[in-house]
Amino acid sequence: MYPRPIPEDSPWRRTAYAAMVALVLILWLVPLMAVMVTSLRSFEEVMAGNYWGWPKSFNFVENYTAVFTQTAMARYFLNSLIITLPSVIGVLILSTLTGYVLSRYRFRGANLMFALFVGGNFLPAQIMMIPVRDLMVSIGLYDTYYALIVFHIAFQTGFATLFMRNFIAALPDELFQAARAEGASPGQTLVHVVLPLIRPALAALAILTFTFVWNDYFWAIVLTQSDAVKPVTAGLSNLRGEWVSAWNLVAAATIMVAIPPVVMFFLMQRHFIAGLTVGAVKG
Amino acid sequence: MFILPGALLFGIVIILASLQTVWVSFFDWDGVGEMQWVGLSNYVQLFDDAQFYVSLKNNLIWLGMFMLAPPLGLALALLLNQPIGGMRIMKSLFFVPLVLASVTVGVVFTWVYDPSFGLLSLIFGYFGATAPALLSDEHFVTFAVVAAALWPQIAFCLVLFLAGLNNLSEDLIGAGRVDGARGWPMLWHVVLPQLREVSFIALAVTVIGALRSFDMVAVMTSGGPFGSSTVLAYQMYEQSIFSYRFGYGAAIATVLFVIMAVFIAWYLRTLLKPEQENA
Repeated sequence: MYPRPIPEDSPWRRTAYAAMVALVLILWLVPLMAVMVTSLRSFEEVMAGNYWGWPKSFNFVENYTAVFTQTAMARYFLNSLIITLPSVIGVLILSTLTGYVLSRYRFRGANLMFALFVGGNFLPAQIMMIPVRDLMVSIGLYDTYYALIVFHIAFQTGFATLFMRNFIAALPDELFQAARAEGASPGQTLVHVVLPLIRPALAALAILTFTFVWNDYFWAIVLTQSDAVKPVTAGLSNLRGEWVSAWNLVAAATIMVAIPPVVMFFLMQRHFIAGLTVGAVKG
Repeated sequence: MFILPGALLFGIVIILASLQTVWVSFFDWDGVGEMQWVGLSNYVQLFDDAQFYVSLKNNLIWLGMFMLAPPLGLALALLLNQPIGGMRIMKSLFFVPLVLASVTVGVVFTWVYDPSFGLLSLIFGYFGATAPALLSDEHFVTFAVVAAALWPQIAFCLVLFLAGLNNLSEDLIGAGRVDGARGWPMLWHVVLPQLREVSFIALAVTVIGALRSFDMVAVMTSGGPFGSSTVLAYQMYEQSIFSYRFGYGAAIATVLFVIMAVFIAWYLRTLLKPEQENA
């Protein structure tokens, strides 16, 4: 263990350490906590400039109801779900297929194809903005859910393929030999041998993809325009323009945007961390 | 055959589109009408554009300041890597900025920087000083935006280094302790060499993050005041979407592409070098 663990028989030092970490943590999260608290304040208090102190009154229900009824936030929230969930499923399916083939079958151009999948990951998304936008306009998908779903599936498949290939390549060879000896087709092998074994990888990939797609802002503003399809990230930045002084409502909306990925993270933390480190290490 | 849907989709939407950008950069195009071949004229204009150099300079500031993320992430990781009850939940809370949308981070920090009631002005006020309006000051604005962007980036490096610290060789650490190594020499000669791979990844992720910077600029300043906080990615977006100069935007994107390609080449070479040495 490095650094050297604090000895268990020194409760005083342990307490001091825990207190120090807690202090650093509070400093680390103070901006976020203030936004949380402010989402509970009344409008008068915000106008009076009480941004950081203890709230005088708690308007939890009022503020969050106002966000849902007076703004399009509920719509944006729904849009984000409609965009994110199919994207995640699409990425999982496509990358399982590509990862399986690239890890288990040798064919001409396999390396080049893999290199392209990996290389495409590194590109800043902005580089492909103009052609992608043009493509979506010309096939009539611009400003629809499909534009974002199709793009996110395509883009995330790069990273996901890398991830799945490495995971499937690490499975023992004997399994595949046995499947072949039994006369299983590649499709049957995939369904009956590979799928049951890659559940942890699928979970990790699902949570990572969910976070990436939910948090996307760039493509949201490039590929959508109308409130009917706009996801929460783009919606929040709109809302901030319209509700300049109503910081309590903007704060409530901000918290709403943050909740799904944070909840997902806490529910599936082990998978998230494993996925992130494995993905980054192998990448 | 299984590979076809994924490969086609990725090939068309990502790879082909990126290459097409280079092609578009040789045209004059408003995004709707006819494309007109203009050769290198977009680039000639670009290298004559003062705004381009502002963006380039800001991208360098991003890159430079982002280099703080790996060491700070390592420092936090060293602080947190203790097997004490309750540390798991503490660590998770430290990771939270990482999963926040950049829009969320942007809104949160716009608020910290608020000149009348923000946290910063509160701190300055405590010492009897007036806080500068960071986001409307052309000298400070980029630094303020990058400082905000560092928050999730440090959390990212923290995750990587914590994983790295868990994979340290107990033997080497033990041997170092027997030899009386502690403090800096221990960290420098025994621990860091074992973290080489992780550090390299943290660095790579950070460089990519710095070059990709767009969201925070768009949310916090829209490139302002007077274009003083733009970065290449934002300038490209603005030129294409707001000014309908798609050819010009594509030229900016191509420059970004070239910078990125240089970095990717360096990355792949460093990544492949140790393997060749072993062979």
